[in-house]
Amino acid sequence: MSIILDHVNYVYGGDTTLAVQALKDVNLVIPDGQFIGLIGHTGSGKSTLVQHLNGLIKPTGGSIYFNGEDIHEQDYDKKKLRSKVGLVFQYPEHQLFEIDVFTDVCFGPKNLGLSKQETELRAYAALKQVGLEDDYFYQSPFDLSGGQKRRVAIAGVLAMKPDVLVLDEPTAGLDPKGRDEILDQIAKLKEETGITVILVSHSMEDVAKYVERIIVMNQGSVMFDDTPGEVFKHYRELEEVGLAAPQVTYIMQALYKNGMPVKTDVTTIEEAKQEILRTFGK
Amino acid sequence: MLRDITLGQYYQTDSVIHKLDPRVKLVATICFIISLFVVKSWVGYVAAAIFLAVMIKLSNVPFKYMVKGMRAIVFILLITVVFNLFLTPGEVLVSVWKLKITREGLQLAVMMAVRLSFLIVGSSVMTLTTTPNSLTDGMEKLMKPLKIFKVPVHEVAMMMSIALRFIPILLEETDKIMKAQIARGADFESGNLVKKAKAMVPLLVPLFISAFRRANDLAMAMEARCYRGGENRTKMKPLKYASRDRIAYGVLAVYFAVCIVIRIYL
Repeated sequence: MSIILDHVNYVYGGDTTLAVQALKDVNLVIPDGQFIGLIGHTGSGKSTLVQHLNGLIKPTGGSIYFNGEDIHEQDYDKKKLRSKVGLVFQYPEHQLFEIDVFTDVCFGPKNLGLSKQETELRAYAALKQVGLEDDYFYQSPFDLSGGQKRRVAIAGVLAMKPDVLVLDEPTAGLDPKGRDEILDQIAKLKEETGITVILVSHSMEDVAKYVERIIVMNQGSVMFDDTPGEVFKHYRELEEVGLAAPQVTYIMQALYKNGMPVKTDVTTIEEAKQEILRTFGK
Repeated sequence: MLRDITLGQYYQTDSVIHKLDPRVKLVATICFIISLFVVKSWVGYVAAAIFLAVMIKLSNVPFKYMVKGMRAIVFILLITVVFNLFLTPGEVLVSVWKLKITREGLQLAVMMAVRLSFLIVGSSVMTLTTTPNSLTDGMEKLMKPLKIFKVPVHEVAMMMSIALRFIPILLEETDKIMKAQIARGADFESGNLVKKAKAMVPLLVPLFISAFRRANDLAMAMEARCYRGGENRTKMKPLKYASRDRIAYGVLAVYFAVCIVIRIYL
């Protein structure tokens, strides 16, 4: 079970004077069960890339394989693919439309042709997974707060029980508390179900704490693809493309330069604390 | 997928036609349309074709784009041709079962087809070379005399420019919501008419909500900047005729005169 992108290219606006190459020769292997952060500046092609993963966009060059099958083969079942690779768009709350929260979450599994009972069971489980209380289930989705709406929208995708969950900027426009809540919930979900999660973001700080692998996109190409620790070592290059390593990286780099024998590839505050304590303990 | 609609979309490039004052292009388009109905002989259509071809050449817009706009009216074109072809009385050329193709019918059908396609291509030359904003500016200026009859010219123009401005935004939004619902397993393509119409609900509800939200935001932003309608409002870039606009009017007058001469003498 994996996704393979083989020399994927994508050009927007085809043959007009405004043609833009959004993806340039992207090669990626996404194995099962990984927690991946896809980072890039605005316009780096990350949103375009994730839309390739469930076949919403057809690459203008190259191919994409899901579980060893080319997803753009003539008789490939795209609908099934979309239930396996769940994609949560940016500002997903804008896609809500049903009269109440529960019915809206049922939309996905219902489209898969499941029985009413199975559909409702899944919807209930999904709403529980995103941490929404029962009181909200039969309210209009439009009466909820921004963060709650977003949870409902994420539940709408989760209810299809995807093997791979892709979230495009799930924290955009949320306050720090809402952001942490959503990210913690996703991390918890990942831990409980073991699905592959791809978290798209432009903030290193957000993802560093959670993911085990970071893919950095710049102007349509993959710039780095490694563990967070390794990627943050290139913090100077990251700055050049308008990104930044987490603040803790800078602190550790500065400590190291000033003669403290700390490891510089820590990614979270907790790790940094342990590392500093370790050097003192010696 | 939705971006393929070219009718009325601006094509960005540099050309004499692009630089013309929007008023010239508006008047020219109206004149061209009238001229299509003025001429009745083949010579007239040749003249119109030459005029149109020169304009397309000058506009630097690939011809492919003009033809793409035609796709939208293929159906209307087909109906017109079929009706004229079979239902015009006159000298019978071919007769199959109850259907008769007459010489007059054939002539009329071809004429109608040419007229309709010229109409569409002609007006798309204008929309492809003029940004919606300058188009409404031109319209506002041209319609100014209507103010005497208490027509709220500025308000109408403003509404039009807002509407035009929002077309690409709403198209993009539609595209996004469509993709989001497809990602949730929605199916917009298969099924019969009723099923297809029902499938539109998950698309239309969010689209309407977002349209209202945007309208609300825009109204608020305009109020915040003290917008209060047309009275005494000045423009940052007022429209001014340049020498090329006068030349264009001249060319237009010559073309129109030729059309009238053709109508009278040929």
